[in-house]
Amino acid sequence: MSKIIIDIKDLKRNFIVGEETVHALRGISFSIKEGEFVTIMGASGSGKSTLLNQLGCLDTPSSGEYLLDGHSVGDMDKNERSTIRNRKIGFVFQSYNLLPKTTALENVELPLLYNPSYSMKERKEKSQAALEAVGLGDRLYHKSNQMSGGQMQRVAIARALVNDPVLILADEATGNLDSRTAYEIIVLLQELYKKGRTIIFVTHNPDLAAFSSRNIVLRDGKIIKDSLNEKIESAKVALEKLPKQED
Amino acid sequence: MNIGNLIKISLRALANNKMRAFLTMLGIIIGVASVITMLAIGQGSKISIQSQISEMGSNMLMIQPGAGMMGGVRQSASNMQSLKMEDYNSIRDNVSYISQISPSVSSSGQFIFGANNYPASISGVNTEYPDIRKLTINEGNMFTDQQIKSAAKVCVIGQTIITNLFTNGEDPIGKIIRFNKIPFTVIGTLNAKGYNSMGMDQDNIVLAPYTTIQKRILAITYIQGIFASATTEGVTDKATDQISTILRTNHKLKATDDDDFNIRSQEELSSMLTSTSDMMTILLACIAGISLLVGGIGIMNIMYVSVKERTREIGLRMSIGAKGKDILAQFLIEAILISFTGGIIGVIFGVGASIIVNVALSWPVSVLPYSVLLSFLVCTVTGVFFGWYPAKTASELDPIEALRYE
Repeated sequence: MSKIIIDIKDLKRNFIVGEETVHALRGISFSIKEGEFVTIMGASGSGKSTLLNQLGCLDTPSSGEYLLDGHSVGDMDKNERSTIRNRKIGFVFQSYNLLPKTTALENVELPLLYNPSYSMKERKEKSQAALEAVGLGDRLYHKSNQMSGGQMQRVAIARALVNDPVLILADEATGNLDSRTAYEIIVLLQELYKKGRTIIFVTHNPDLAAFSSRNIVLRDGKIIKDSLNEKIESAKVALEKLPKQED
Repeated sequence: MNIGNLIKISLRALANNKMRAFLTMLGIIIGVASVITMLAIGQGSKISIQSQISEMGSNMLMIQPGAGMMGGVRQSASNMQSLKMEDYNSIRDNVSYISQISPSVSSSGQFIFGANNYPASISGVNTEYPDIRKLTINEGNMFTDQQIKSAAKVCVIGQTIITNLFTNGEDPIGKIIRFNKIPFTVIGTLNAKGYNSMGMDQDNIVLAPYTTIQKRILAITYIQGIFASATTEGVTDKATDQISTILRTNHKLKATDDDDFNIRSQEELSSMLTSTSDMMTILLACIAGISLLVGGIGIMNIMYVSVKERTREIGLRMSIGAKGKDILAQFLIEAILISFTGGIIGVIFGVGASIIVNVALSWPVSVLPYSVLLSFLVCTVTGVFFGWYPAKTASELDPIEALRYE
């Protein structure tokens, strides 16, 4: 029985807009075990982004309980949430969010700079290893503005890996990429999944569900479907099926 | 979060925007440079005014007999015979704040050399007199104590006397000039000093041993005045008090009697001129201070824009674990680094500009260590002060909003 990384019980999140209360999450419960590759899907307005903010410890629930690796996020203050984000979570964003004009290595180092327990040497070694893991071992000193979208997203994934998080949280990580590059990123995420990483991939693209081990669908702040995928498709095969692009 | 990492983060952020960092710095550079240059010019002119005053002998004290009563008739000071050599001796021996002292007697008349003659007065003094009046020997020598003792008929003459008596360009040294038919041998000449602030020609001067004037010209035993130098400008008051006490004792004046002498110092003149130049320094410092302030506001402006522009970056940093205080520290350190580096460059420019002003315009300048330190301190404080608000704004951003900011 593998460890439970995420345990959510009856999570609710309300926003007050003017005099109206918007129920973005209306009581959600699920748990995710170590080594799962979960896609969370839903149309816009389904509460997907709100859930992502909850999972990423960027926000606190209005009610309900969220345990991340045994820590109750609801009881944490801002600084404690910063620390848990730094130690437990790796973020991958749609728009990469790399620092401009900064080398790949420096970008990847960033989370470790906010963790005083790493020495300069460890920082460099870990960052280098993370970049090698995403296949950019030969581009350590390329600056972010000299890289393609796919490469930038790889750097972002390396940055998400570098702090050995319990959870990689990808928010529409392929949204800005052409389908070929998008599949390449999925291939990379599947490789990480095979190595035992826990990945949550938030997307509105239903095609991507086939590549994950579990699929959660949201609508109007509630889970309408939570299914395990018995037959995970290989993104590598899908990539090979794509017609070759002529540049 | 250790400070080393924060500095590294700030340095990288600044390196990404070298042009912006430089432009921000420019305000501080100009501010600091102008503070240093302005203060250097102000201080330079103050020092030069002070040295001009002390050229005139700012620590000089003049003791003259006061106008007194003789049988109910108020007398002119020059007729008074109340100052004696004993007074001179006791002042010389007992006043601790005096470095040089000379008796003074004088007589005016016509100097004659060959076919030329020129009206002037001859001053009988001792060997310390040139130091008191800041006169220097050009050629030849000052007369000696031995010559004073023997009341030798020798004299030292100023440039005006030379031009008027030695019209053919003869070397005056060794020549004999006559004053009221008494022949004096010229043994030295004085360097030119020009006119003083009262319009008096300071080169129209003939110095001779006071004994010679007393015995051979005036036939008197009293002296007409005493010139003295206080050890420093600051102690002229104390010297005046001591002299006054001694003279009152010597002259057996009762506590109710008025002084029968006057002691004059140059302090009023000196303090007036110093306060003028002080005011100028303050004025210059104010102007420079304003430019430093404008530089500071420049920092605030750019930092504020920079926070807006880097909202997403701040959001990212927060999402990967930066705390509010890390963001605050980063932006503050950026502001401090900008103002600190700007300060260093400003100091270099300021000192450079001071040297250029000195060399090119030959204005006197004096770079004060405290002005360097002060402007450095001020610009760092400016950095913190004006960097604080934008940094605070940045640290209070909500990571969710910041990440979504376009």
